[in-house]
Amino acid sequence: MRSVVLTKGVPDFREGQVSFDEDGHLERGKTPTVMNPNDKYALRAALQTKVRQGGTVSLMSMGPPGYMEVLQEGMRDVYADDLYLLSDREMGAADTWATAMTAATGIDKLDERPDLVFAGFKTADGETGHTGPQTEWCLDMPLITHVISLEVDPDEEHVRAKRLVEAEADEIETVKAPLPAFIVTDPEFEASYHRAEHRLEHKDLRETTRKRADEFGEYLADDSEKEATEWDRFTMWNHADLNLDPDFIGLDGSPTIVAGVDPIPKAPSEREATPVDPEDEADMEGLIDELAPYAAGD
Amino acid sequence: MTDDYEHYEAVVVGAGPGGAAAAATLARNDVETLVLERGTDAGAKNVSGGLIYAEESAPYTIDDLFPDFREAATDRAVTEHYIHNVSGRNVKTFDLHDLHHHDTEWADSVLRRKMDSWLADRVHEMTRETGGGLLTDVRVSGLLREGGRIVGVTCDELDAIRADVVVAADGVNSELARDAGLMDWEEPEEWFQGVKAVVDMPEGAIEKRFNVDEGEGVAHLFSGDLFEGARGGGFLYTNDDSLSIGTVFHLDSIAEERHEPQELLDNLLTHPLLADWIGDDYEELEYSAKLVPDSKKVAHPSPHRDRLLLVGDAAGQMQAQGPIIKGMNHAVTAGALAAEAFVDARSRGDTAEAGERYEAKLENEGVMDKLRPTRYRTLGRLGEAEPIASVTDAVVDSPVGRAAVGLLGDSLERLYNSPFLVGMLPDTKLGYVTLPTAIAEELGAPVAGESTVETPELDDRIGDLTYDIDEGNPHIELRDNSFAASGTAVTACPVSAKDFGGGCYRDEYVATNGTEKRVVSLDTQPCVECGTCAVVADTDWTHPRGGKGVEYKQG
Ligand SMILES: Cc1cc2nc3c(=O)[nH]c(=O)nc-3n(C[C@H](O)[C@H](O)[C@H](O)COP(=O)(O)OP(=O)(O)OC[C@H]3O[C@@H](n4cnc5c(N)ncnc54)[C@H](O)[C@@H]3O)c2cc1C
Ligand code: SF4
Repeated sequence: MRSVVLTKGVPDFREGQVSFDEDGHLERGKTPTVMNPNDKYALRAALQTKVRQGGTVSLMSMGPPGYMEVLQEGMRDVYADDLYLLSDREMGAADTWATAMTAATGIDKLDERPDLVFAGFKTADGETGHTGPQTEWCLDMPLITHVISLEVDPDEEHVRAKRLVEAEADEIETVKAPLPAFIVTDPEFEASYHRAEHRLEHKDLRETTRKRADEFGEYLADDSEKEATEWDRFTMWNHADLNLDPDFIGLDGSPTIVAGVDPIPKAPSEREATPVDPEDEADMEGLIDELAPYAAGD
Repeated sequence: MTDDYEHYEAVVVGAGPGGAAAAATLARNDVETLVLERGTDAGAKNVSGGLIYAEESAPYTIDDLFPDFREAATDRAVTEHYIHNVSGRNVKTFDLHDLHHHDTEWADSVLRRKMDSWLADRVHEMTRETGGGLLTDVRVSGLLREGGRIVGVTCDELDAIRADVVVAADGVNSELARDAGLMDWEEPEEWFQGVKAVVDMPEGAIEKRFNVDEGEGVAHLFSGDLFEGARGGGFLYTNDDSLSIGTVFHLDSIAEERHEPQELLDNLLTHPLLADWIGDDYEELEYSAKLVPDSKKVAHPSPHRDRLLLVGDAAGQMQAQGPIIKGMNHAVTAGALAAEAFVDARSRGDTAEAGERYEAKLENEGVMDKLRPTRYRTLGRLGEAEPIASVTDAVVDSPVGRAAVGLLGDSLERLYNSPFLVGMLPDTKLGYVTLPTAIAEELGAPVAGESTVETPELDDRIGDLTYDIDEGNPHIELRDNSFAASGTAVTACPVSAKDFGGGCYRDEYVATNGTEKRVVSLDTQPCVECGTCAVVADTDWTHPRGGKGVEYKQG
C-alpha cells in the first residue's frame, strides 16, 4: 500500500509562539513555521494504513526550502518513510489552485502511483479547505472528505470510511470507494488499533521514524554535507524536474485575487461569571433572589 | 470454535517488578511474550517506599535478570538503617544494622517511575525478539474463558487475546485475581495503606545532612506516639536528589479509628527529628498512596487457576519483616519462578501444569515460608487475640513494664534486629505504639530544633498531580452510599478528608420523607487509585481505562 500525505507549513498560532504587530498583522519573521496541525491527522491515517497493510508513507509539501523542517516535524511527530519537497521561486505565492496543480504533478512523478492520497482539513492560515479537493480533481480519484475512521481492504481494492456529515458526532456516514482514492481527514479522525500486533508494529514504526527524523535533522544542520551529498529519504523537485510551465504555477498560475484583508472579530464571550463569597450573607441573599425565578421554573 | 483472537504463548499483565521479571525470564527462554501495562508509561501508576532488596537466599534477584539494573535504575545503595522510637520530642534510636544486612546482598533506594520505565524498555527489547513486546495504555479488564476455563484475557483497548499462560503481575487490587476468585477485597486487616511524599533536596544536601558518601544512602524508620495511636510506622529513604518520606499503617487501624492518612504523614513530616534533614525549604514533589498486602495473612498458598498464575502483590506476596517492607524483591522472585514453571511445563509438553509447578517452586525455594512464617501463624496470631493483646499492651504501659523496658535498655536493640523475633511479632499496638513510646520515654533523649516544614493542603497536593480524566466514565461506583456502608472512605481515602469538598469522598445529610439520612458521594477525578475504598467501602471498584487517571512522575 503506497500512501502520499500532503502537508503545508503554517505560522505557529499557539499562544507564546505567534507574534502580531501593533496593527494586528502577523509578523511572519518572528513567528515560527510549523506543520499545519490538521495535516497530522492525515499522516496518522496514513500511518494506520501502513501498520495494518504495510507499504510506504511519503510526506510531500510545496514551499520554500525552510519547509524541510516542516517535513521533519511530520516525520518525527507521526511517521514518514520518505519526504518530498516541491520547491523553487517559480512556485512561490501560489494560491490553492496553483498549489493543487503542482502537488498533483509531484504525485504523478512518483515512481509508483499511490493507492491513497491524504490531506488534512484546511490549513490554519488560509482556512479555505480547497487544496485537497482541487488536487484530487487534478488526479481524478474518488474523494472522501471529513473522514474520522478508515478501513482499507487491499484484496477487494477498496477503502471504507466513516465521515462526519455536519461536523456533529451523531451524523456519521459510511462510504466505500475503489482504490486509488483521495482522503481528507477531519480533526476528529482517530486511528484505531485493536490488535496487540498492530500496536506493537505502531510502536516499532514510531521508534524508527523518530530516529530517521533525528538523522534528517543532522543532515539539515550540516550545510557542507547538504551540498556534497544527499539524504536518501529526501527528494527536492523544482518546476523543471516536474516539467511544469512557470505560467501555470506560482503567482502567475494563481487566479485568486485578494481584494482586501479584514481582521476576524473575536467571538463575544457568552457568559459572565460573578464571584460570590459564600461567607457574605448579603451577597448570598442577592444571589438567591436572582436565582429564585429559575428555581421556580419560570 | 473459530474466532479471530490473537494468540501469544504468554501474556504478562502489569509491568512492575513482578511482571518485568516474569517477562524477561520468559523471553530469555524464547517464549513469545506480550506484556500489557495500563499506565501511560511503566511506573506511572506505581508507588513504593522504596528500598529494593536483593536477598542472598533468593533464587532470583533483579540484577540477576537485568545486569545493569543498579547502575541505571536505582538511586542510592542503602547501607545504614535506623529505627527511631518516638514519644513527643523524646527519641531513642536503634541501629537496625543486623536486620538490614541479614540475608541481604544489597539494598537500593528507588523511585518507581524511573525504575519501572527503565525495566520496561529492556523488557520490550527482549520480548520483541520473541514476537511479542510490551504495550502501555492497555488495561486488562478480565479473564477470557472458554467452557468455564481461563484461556486468555480481555482488554478495554484491544480485542481479547488468547494465551497458553497468563501471568497476573497486576499488583495489589489485582482485578484478575479477583476475577479468578483467588483473592477478595473484603477484610481491612489483610492490608496496609502506604502514603508517601517525595521531597526535593538541593544538590549535595543529602551527603551533608545525612553524612553519607555520594551514591550511598540511609534508611530511617519511625514508630511511637507520633501517629495518634495508629498501628504502623513511618519511613524516610534517601534518593539521588530527593527524600521519600511516608507511612505504612494497618488498614483496619486507619479505618476503625477514622484516621486521616495525610494528617498522619504530616505528623511525621513536621516532627522536629526530621527538621535538619528536610531543611528550611520544604518542596513536595509528589504525594502518592497505595495499598500493600500483608503476606502473613493473604499470600495465596496456591496462587494459580487454569492457565493463570499470580505473582507479586497480586498474590499477596508482600512481606512486612518487622518494620522492613519487602514486596518488590518477592515480586521479582515470584515472577521469575512463574516463568520458569511455564518453561519447564512447556518442555514437557504440558503447559497446563505450569500452575502446579509454580506453587511447588514457591514452596521449595523457601519463598512461602518468608511470606507466611510458621512462627507467626502460631504465636503472632495468638498475640492478636483481643484479651491477650490488651494484657501485653497494659503490661508494657504499667510501672512494672516501664521498669522492665528501662532495665532491658539497649538489649532491646538486639530484639529489633532479630529476623526470627520480628517475624512472630503480633500486629497489635504493642509493637507499633506502646513499646516504642515506652522505649522513647524510658531510654530516649529530647531532640533539639524546631520544624519549619509547612506541608501542603490536600487540595494543593491533588492540584500538583497529573491526571488524564476519563470524562463521564468513573472507574469506581458506590454500591451502597449510606454512611454506615461507605462512610469510612471519607477519612481513609488519602485524597479525601472530613470537611473537605475537593476530594473523592464527601459525606452529607439528605432529607428524605422528613428524615435526614447521612450519605456519602463520590467523585473519582482526584482518585490516586490506591485501592483503599475497594476494601473499606461498598463499591464496584475497577482501575481506570488504559492511560487514564493519575500519572505519577516519581512513584
Ligand atoms: C508506600 C509504600 C511503600 C512500600 N515500600 C516498599 C519497600 O520499601 N520495599 C519493597 O520491596 N516494597 C515496598 N512496597 C511494596 C511494593 O511496592 C510492592 O510490593 C511491589 O510494587 C509489588 O510489585 P508487583 O510487580 O507485584 O506490582 P506493582 O509494582 O504494583 O505493579 C503492577 C503493575 O500492573 C499494572 N496493572 C494493574 N492492573 C492492570 C490491568 N488491569 N491491566 C494492565 N496493567 C495493570 C500497574 O499499572 C502496575 O504497573 C511499598 C508499597 C507502598 C505502597
Ligand atoms: S477513591 Fe478509593 S481508590 Fe481512589 S484514592 Fe480514594 S480511596 Fe483510593
